[in-house]
Amino acid sequence: MTTLTKQQQNPAARARRPKAAQPARTSRLRRLGDLKMALLFIFPAMIGFVLFYLVPTIRGVYLSFTEYSILGDPTWIGIKNYTAMLGDELFWNAMGVTLQYVGLNIGFQTVIALGLALLMHRVAKSTFIRGALLLPFLVANVIVALLWFWMLDYQIGIVNEIINWMGLPRIAFFGSEQWAIPTIAAVNVWRHMGYTALLIFAGLQSIPNHVYEVASLDGASPTRTFWSITMPLLRPVMVLVLVVTVIGSFQVFDTVAVTTGGGPINASRVIQMYIYQKAFGESDFGYASALSVILFLILALVAFVQMKFLKGNESDLD
Amino acid sequence: MSNSTITRKKSVTASPRRNSARKPVNWRRVGAWALVAVAVAVTVAPFLWMLRTALSTNASLASNAGNLLPADFNLGAFKRVLGMQSPEEAIAEGGSGAAINFWLYLRNSVIFATVTTAGQVFFSAMAAYAFSRLRWPGRNVVFSLFLATMMVPPIFTALPNFLMIKNLGLLNTFAGMTLPFLFMTPFAIFFLRQFFLSMSREVEEAAMLDGAKHLRIFFQIVLPNAAAPLATLALLTFIGQWNEYFWPLLVGQDENVRVLTVGLGVFKSQSPQGAPDWTGLMAATLVAALPVLLLFIAFGKKVVNSIGFSGIK
Repeated sequence: MTTLTKQQQNPAARARRPKAAQPARTSRLRRLGDLKMALLFIFPAMIGFVLFYLVPTIRGVYLSFTEYSILGDPTWIGIKNYTAMLGDELFWNAMGVTLQYVGLNIGFQTVIALGLALLMHRVAKSTFIRGALLLPFLVANVIVALLWFWMLDYQIGIVNEIINWMGLPRIAFFGSEQWAIPTIAAVNVWRHMGYTALLIFAGLQSIPNHVYEVASLDGASPTRTFWSITMPLLRPVMVLVLVVTVIGSFQVFDTVAVTTGGGPINASRVIQMYIYQKAFGESDFGYASALSVILFLILALVAFVQMKFLKGNESDLD
Repeated sequence: MSNSTITRKKSVTASPRRNSARKPVNWRRVGAWALVAVAVAVTVAPFLWMLRTALSTNASLASNAGNLLPADFNLGAFKRVLGMQSPEEAIAEGGSGAAINFWLYLRNSVIFATVTTAGQVFFSAMAAYAFSRLRWPGRNVVFSLFLATMMVPPIFTALPNFLMIKNLGLLNTFAGMTLPFLFMTPFAIFFLRQFFLSMSREVEEAAMLDGAKHLRIFFQIVLPNAAAPLATLALLTFIGQWNEYFWPLLVGQDENVRVLTVGLGVFKSQSPQGAPDWTGLMAATLVAALPVLLLFIAFGKKVVNSIGFSGIK
């Protein structure tokens, strides 16, 4: 590494190549290292980082303390946006709807994905099957939403045709208050189950074989092996998968925007939909920013709690 | 990466556990395979239904709702979507008659996804090089700062970013649409850094002794050696960008820059009084999904193998 340092800082050193192996002459040069080069290499990414991540984050927090309708300048109003939230029924409704969605989505998705991952690991080992299960994830949210919007159509959708054929009453999947959120959750379970299964599958592959061999020699049943070996050893991976999927789940938007638009009435107005409507429907950027600060805090808390209490960064293998 | 996955898979297959368990578990395996078959069917069938609907006509859809084959097979829906039908014909077949400019949206999606993918992968590779192969003070601090932004939800930065793009007068331009994605994502840098770190230093040092500079080393040694991860990252980024909806919805509403995902949403809400143009909609979604499906057919293995890596490590 010293060779790199010297050559970079002192072009003349290149001419004296044989001496390059000597230790760097001054500690100052060593300390700066490849700084100049690094700045050059990091420059474009730095622009992106500062302009589109750092500044917007700070500005978003600032805007949440202002009243701002795009026209004119933001006016500082302290924590009024946050206090207004406490009495905002639509906000609490949005939180409730989002939580209901996350619960249904994550619950079903995780169990189904775990099952699929075990099947991929033990039975269906072909990449082709894994590829087929991944397919919905690669197709845009919007396309998946439209496809199911058609298949779940009340009048002539194939799912209602099947329900009808079984002699049951038709269901207004996207059109009724009680079904809207479970339907959207189910559509996204369909889209994400293969992907989530692949993540868990990667975790299953990292469990060393000899652990299973010992269990097998001890005469452990498959059920026992699953609960006493697979699950504990899979825990760090499951926690990571849960953090990633829960955080993604809280930010559901595309499916809602394309199918119900938040309705019927307020039944599927998830938090991100509410933020979108506040900002772009009512031009209330201050309040919308405050809502996204809250969402951000919730996500940070969720990640923290999951990592902390499920001990996601520790492995039982050591 | 893919190599180790394959080896591990093989060792599992050859494990004694499998052999000893073979006899009593046989019918369980049948059950397991049945579950796999159900899962694959549930996954794939909707796509076939999409195709079946796109090949039908709106008029006969209702009376053949439960029929598995296309109702009144024809290509009208595809023609309508691709602008090969006159407005009168389109209305007669249940379309809205409004132009949907599918080719324009397709072009816009190609530009949007290609430009952001190229910029993001290249600039992220440069940054990943600085974070992995160069030594400089503050490197780890800056890297953690970059990584921390992975935690910030996109909606949070979307509002201020929208305001900035608006203030710059870049609404409804490709510049406004691509800029936030062009320079980096924390994930791309993280992903490539992992690969660069694992590369052998020897070749690099030999080149160094020959007087090669960092720029040359980056372009002639590091990039070619990382061709596989770069291709994987580019593929994943392209698919993600092709499917991006929220940001283009905010800044790219105008026809001239509208991408397919946004266009499809508009198409759906354009439906005339009464029944939506289901066949046209399914034909449009099918064509919109086609590039990704083709990429997946061509490079499926790469995508599948990279998922475990990208998600966990």
